[in-house]
Amino acid sequence: MSGVRVLVGTRKGAFVLTSDANRKQWDITGPHFGGWEIYHLKASPADPNRLYASQSSSWFGQVIQRSNDGGKTWEAVGNKFVYEGVIGTHLWYDGTSRPWEFARVWHLEPSLTDPDMVYAGIQDAALFRSVDGGQTWQELPGLRGHKSAPLWQPGAGGMCLHTILLDPSHPGRIFVAISAAGVFRSDDDGQTWRPMNRGLRSEQIPDPTAEVGHCVHRIALHPSRPDVLFMQKHWDVMRSDDAGESWREVSGNLPTDFGFPIDVHAHEPDTIYVVPIKSDSEHYLPEGKLRVYRSRTGGNEWEALTRGLPQRDCYVNVLRDAMAVDSLDPCGVYFGTTGGQVYASADAGDSWVPIVRDLPSVVSVEVQTLP
Amino acid sequence: MIRVVLPAHLRTLAHVNGEVKVDVEGRATQRSVLDALEACYPMLRGTIRDQVTQQRRPFVRFFACEEDLSHELPDAPLPDAVATGIEPFLVVGAMAGG
Repeated sequence: MSGVRVLVGTRKGAFVLTSDANRKQWDITGPHFGGWEIYHLKASPADPNRLYASQSSSWFGQVIQRSNDGGKTWEAVGNKFVYEGVIGTHLWYDGTSRPWEFARVWHLEPSLTDPDMVYAGIQDAALFRSVDGGQTWQELPGLRGHKSAPLWQPGAGGMCLHTILLDPSHPGRIFVAISAAGVFRSDDDGQTWRPMNRGLRSEQIPDPTAEVGHCVHRIALHPSRPDVLFMQKHWDVMRSDDAGESWREVSGNLPTDFGFPIDVHAHEPDTIYVVPIKSDSEHYLPEGKLRVYRSRTGGNEWEALTRGLPQRDCYVNVLRDAMAVDSLDPCGVYFGTTGGQVYASADAGDSWVPIVRDLPSVVSVEVQTLP
Repeated sequence: MIRVVLPAHLRTLAHVNGEVKVDVEGRATQRSVLDALEACYPMLRGTIRDQVTQQRRPFVRFFACEEDLSHELPDAPLPDAVATGIEPFLVVGAMAGG
């Protein structure tokens, strides 16, 4: 019988939540790597037993863990991330230039076809790739070599490359998103890159429509229609119908269009989910109500999904990598909160139940649909 | 033979319990001890000192014989009591909340 495996990264370790396809009874294991910050875990689409995890600590730096048995056991693999060539500089918070410096891996994106190939998005923003199962890492320096790179600047969480999307229909096409630089696209397997930020408007930068400098929080696509992208920006929910060449706002009737995660229904490419947050300086839910908003029209028209979610005195946040969908029917939707709850919906968001309520603050949530 | 005490998180990472014992060639220094330690436990590379600059990570300290050796030069000799295995070389996560 098929099932799901939910991979949860928290500020103090990783947890693995598993269920059969009914998604009612859950088995919870963890903490794995207890005491360490787990920014992200993700499974290879080509081998469901191959998992990668980013484990980091202010004390002991970065470790990459790999599992070959679906998360039962783990082994530390390579953790040497060295920028290629001239280090260069980017803008710092005070407007001065500052050399690139590795801090941590924010996101691991395994290849769609090769379990031993995995991309890493790091802080300070750069894209690395391993072709040997994480043992060694090489930068794809064309991204950081883009002429705009000296103008990139950190968001409040650091200058992180936090989103990596591999286009299943166009071999060699990769989208990345950087806070606060914006979206970039490569059509040649990461060798060269172009900014993809036309149509974005950010009042927080001197030129609101600049080519780079936008604090993109998350982008998402549906694999059946990869030219359509959805974005949760610092403020604004955006949509592109031309693979990022241009964007238009689809915030519509959202109560606030500030937020972090955005994701797409597994079977309905125009059904998308966001979790609005009160404001850029108030990173918690408006009105103390935990509401996921769903649009079935690819944006602009949104409905609040509240059944099973707390509707008073709730002031958590949902971080950018902390929402995911499974591919069962009906589609399952999952998200984790900074308060340590992981919620699941087995009916595409109509109703929700907490799988677990009291984990450490949740940083990331990924879901595997198991055969 | 040098006795090394690792902090709990690094013992877990290296899959060891208690003290670790390493042999060093030549003089016992921070560098030679850490080189030997990382050779035996490659998963510790980068967790105590930077893999490129070889500098101690900011929140890691080195203690021995009731002294803080963190700011000694990497090639300075360690105390005789450490070099002869009487006292351990302590790798310590700096005291901080969290």
